[in-house]
Amino acid sequence: MARSITMQVARYRPDREAEPTMQSYDVPLRKDWAILDGLNHIKDELDGTLSYRWSCRMGICGSCGMTVNGEPKLTCATFLTDYAPGPVRVEPLRNFPVVRDLVVDIGDFMAKLSVVQPWIIRKDEETPDGEYLQTPAELEDYKQFSMCINCMLCYSACPIYGLNEHFLGPAAIALAQRYNLDSRDQGSADRMDALSASTGVWDCTYVGECSTACPKNVDPAGAIQRYKLTAATETLKSFLMPRGGR
Amino acid sequence: MTYTHDIVIVGGGGAGLRAAIAVVEANPQLSVAIISKVYPMRSHTVSAEGGAAAVIRAEDSLDEHAYDTISGGDWLCDQDAVEAFVDEAPKEMLRLENWGCPWSREPDGRVAVRPFGGMKRIRTWFAADKTGFHLLHTLFQTSLKYEEIARYDEWFVTKLLVEDGRVRGVVAIELSSGRIETITAKAVILCTGGCGRVFPFTTNANIKTGDGMALAYRAGAPLKDMEFVQYHPTGLPFTGILITEAARAEGGWLLNKDGYRYLQDYDLGTPQPGPVLRSMELGPRDRLSQAFVKEMEKGRTIDTPYGQVVHLDLRHLGAKLINTKLPMVRELCLDYEKIDPVKDLVPVRPVVHYMMGGVSTDIHGATPLDGLYAAGEVACVSINGANRLGSNSLPELLVFGARAGRAAAEFAAAQPDDGGDWSGILTQAEDERRRLERDLRGREGGGERVSTIRTEMQAAMEQGAGIYRSADSMAKCADALQELRERLPGVSIDDHTTTFNTELIAALELGLMLDVAESIVHSARLREESRGAHQRTDFPERDDVRYLAHSLIHRSADGSPRVEYPPVTITRWPPGVRVYGR
Repeated sequence: MARSITMQVARYRPDREAEPTMQSYDVPLRKDWAILDGLNHIKDELDGTLSYRWSCRMGICGSCGMTVNGEPKLTCATFLTDYAPGPVRVEPLRNFPVVRDLVVDIGDFMAKLSVVQPWIIRKDEETPDGEYLQTPAELEDYKQFSMCINCMLCYSACPIYGLNEHFLGPAAIALAQRYNLDSRDQGSADRMDALSASTGVWDCTYVGECSTACPKNVDPAGAIQRYKLTAATETLKSFLMPRGGR
Repeated sequence: MTYTHDIVIVGGGGAGLRAAIAVVEANPQLSVAIISKVYPMRSHTVSAEGGAAAVIRAEDSLDEHAYDTISGGDWLCDQDAVEAFVDEAPKEMLRLENWGCPWSREPDGRVAVRPFGGMKRIRTWFAADKTGFHLLHTLFQTSLKYEEIARYDEWFVTKLLVEDGRVRGVVAIELSSGRIETITAKAVILCTGGCGRVFPFTTNANIKTGDGMALAYRAGAPLKDMEFVQYHPTGLPFTGILITEAARAEGGWLLNKDGYRYLQDYDLGTPQPGPVLRSMELGPRDRLSQAFVKEMEKGRTIDTPYGQVVHLDLRHLGAKLINTKLPMVRELCLDYEKIDPVKDLVPVRPVVHYMMGGVSTDIHGATPLDGLYAAGEVACVSINGANRLGSNSLPELLVFGARAGRAAAEFAAAQPDDGGDWSGILTQAEDERRRLERDLRGREGGGERVSTIRTEMQAAMEQGAGIYRSADSMAKCADALQELRERLPGVSIDDHTTTFNTELIAALELGLMLDVAESIVHSARLREESRGAHQRTDFPERDDVRYLAHSLIHRSADGSPRVEYPPVTITRWPPGVRVYGR
């Protein structure tokens, strides 16, 4: 195995550059090194001015999503040896404005989170004495959609979001479904307007790239398809029943 | 002044989010803001795996949870705080359930519990082995419901503003723009978590640089029990990624190079096929990490490119149990070690995990500095004493996050709105801005890298203040830290830009970490006994005559440390012998 690998890293400092450029660095090619270890080597040993986000380096905080050789990846869980002999190209996540180097602006997603009301909504006023009972089977109904780490790889992979930034997007819709399908929740009607709006589930043409990109097997595409069925049924009910069937 | 709130919370992890919700619930008229250097869902609470302890079963009792916690903490816990903690933990956990936390369940729909290290009863709630992740996301998503909570995401606090013995706000940098702003407040709650990054090998995320501890220390608030650093016995070599204690609670074994369950040689009980509470692999973390060192000294550990390891054996648990109860353990092993715990042994070694010490607070989260509160790992109440029990930290951040939020709300509401003369505060803020702009962002290159000093600091801490310490090892460590302190002003900052300047942040974090490292070593040198996680080869016994007391370290006006020893609060459990496995 070669001793080093070339990393081609996107650089962009808006204070001084009009557009992004690529910069090459040689880093040690070690069996255990993730792409993120390569970036840390650059920052610590070669060039302190490179900026990127990272934190837990165990695939759970969702900070370090980037585009690696054209694909959205968590760089702490993607290994240099898989790209040997290189070079390996590291760019910011696509479909987001670039703030600096490998850092993108996810403010749009943060705003969309609140739109889908990702919290338990109850129609009864009083708080229960103890826990809401929930069987393992009921937990299983929504559990997959609760595993999203908000890493933004699905938005980066989604061609619809790339064309229309108003699209709610895979993670936000999956999160809405996480609560809609939770046996403790009574708020699916409250989330319906956002999900059924022109920027909601109907924008999705079921390309499925989001589920392919997801590092946690959340299957947002499945969440969206499942909600389309719900929304269609509800719409039909609203024609057939006097009070909208809600 | 640029922004004004009644209450500013520094840190958006579990404690910070819980505190924010508590403020709004206590007094919706108050303006509350969370300032966090990362988006809240990136906070390190996300990495907690195994579970959260709270008494829920009929056969359990609050007194038993209290006793396990106090004996686990080697009698350094304040027992009034522990009693409040065990009493409120179940209520807080039920609130989390009501807010939607996807706790694992029994077949009848009740919340499920699992065994955990040092606990005599089964009382650890869990969401598979991603408990912290689910707890954090549930809190964050629930917090979105409260429009009253303002957020400063990706802002880094550099200084607490203090005048006349009272906290009046903070100075912070917005990462995306580099602008430096003064944010005033009647009360500030520190919820910034721990400081594992002062050591080289840690489970802690990159962001765990002890910011809140150092900010408080510099502002005149004392730190408590800083010498007590928890090593978790099972980290993956190289990455330091945590393999949860739940792996042993579900029945995993620790084996030396001969395949022998070596813990039986260290007064931790006799091996049984299944897990036994408060015994063997379910002993407390300090004792297990110390046993590893002894085993290594006997030459019975396994040599790897990343140091000595022992093996965690989960093979006999089977794929089904591992997939349902420990899915993340399997995922982490497959991703980072290319091994499958269903059929392979997992290499593990002790790894720095948690700070028992922190900003000294009372039972309401208040520090001795008026208007300053702290909760979660950054704080030391103390319920953890000399050694925290696994699965006590998540309920701690809920209980004391809520308590600090309520206490700060009460304090803030009692303060007048105009706050009097701000000129002194604004002068301080202007000085801080100058430091950041001219002395740091405008600094010439050509000196040492941030990483050079950071790496040397981490090595010094491991060598001098690790699992076993002595006067000699710590003296060398203190000298090394002093030398690094002198080199710090010469550190290079090549990045002079304003947009997302992470080199500037790294330099600031390094300064904060050096303060924390010094407080750890100084407190450790003065404690001439062995207790819990603080083990001295030159003072191997616990000394209740001299040291049944907290180390309270203050920074004097000239920057030198001063340590006092207030007594531990004992209510119903007089100091005794820690017995495990018999």
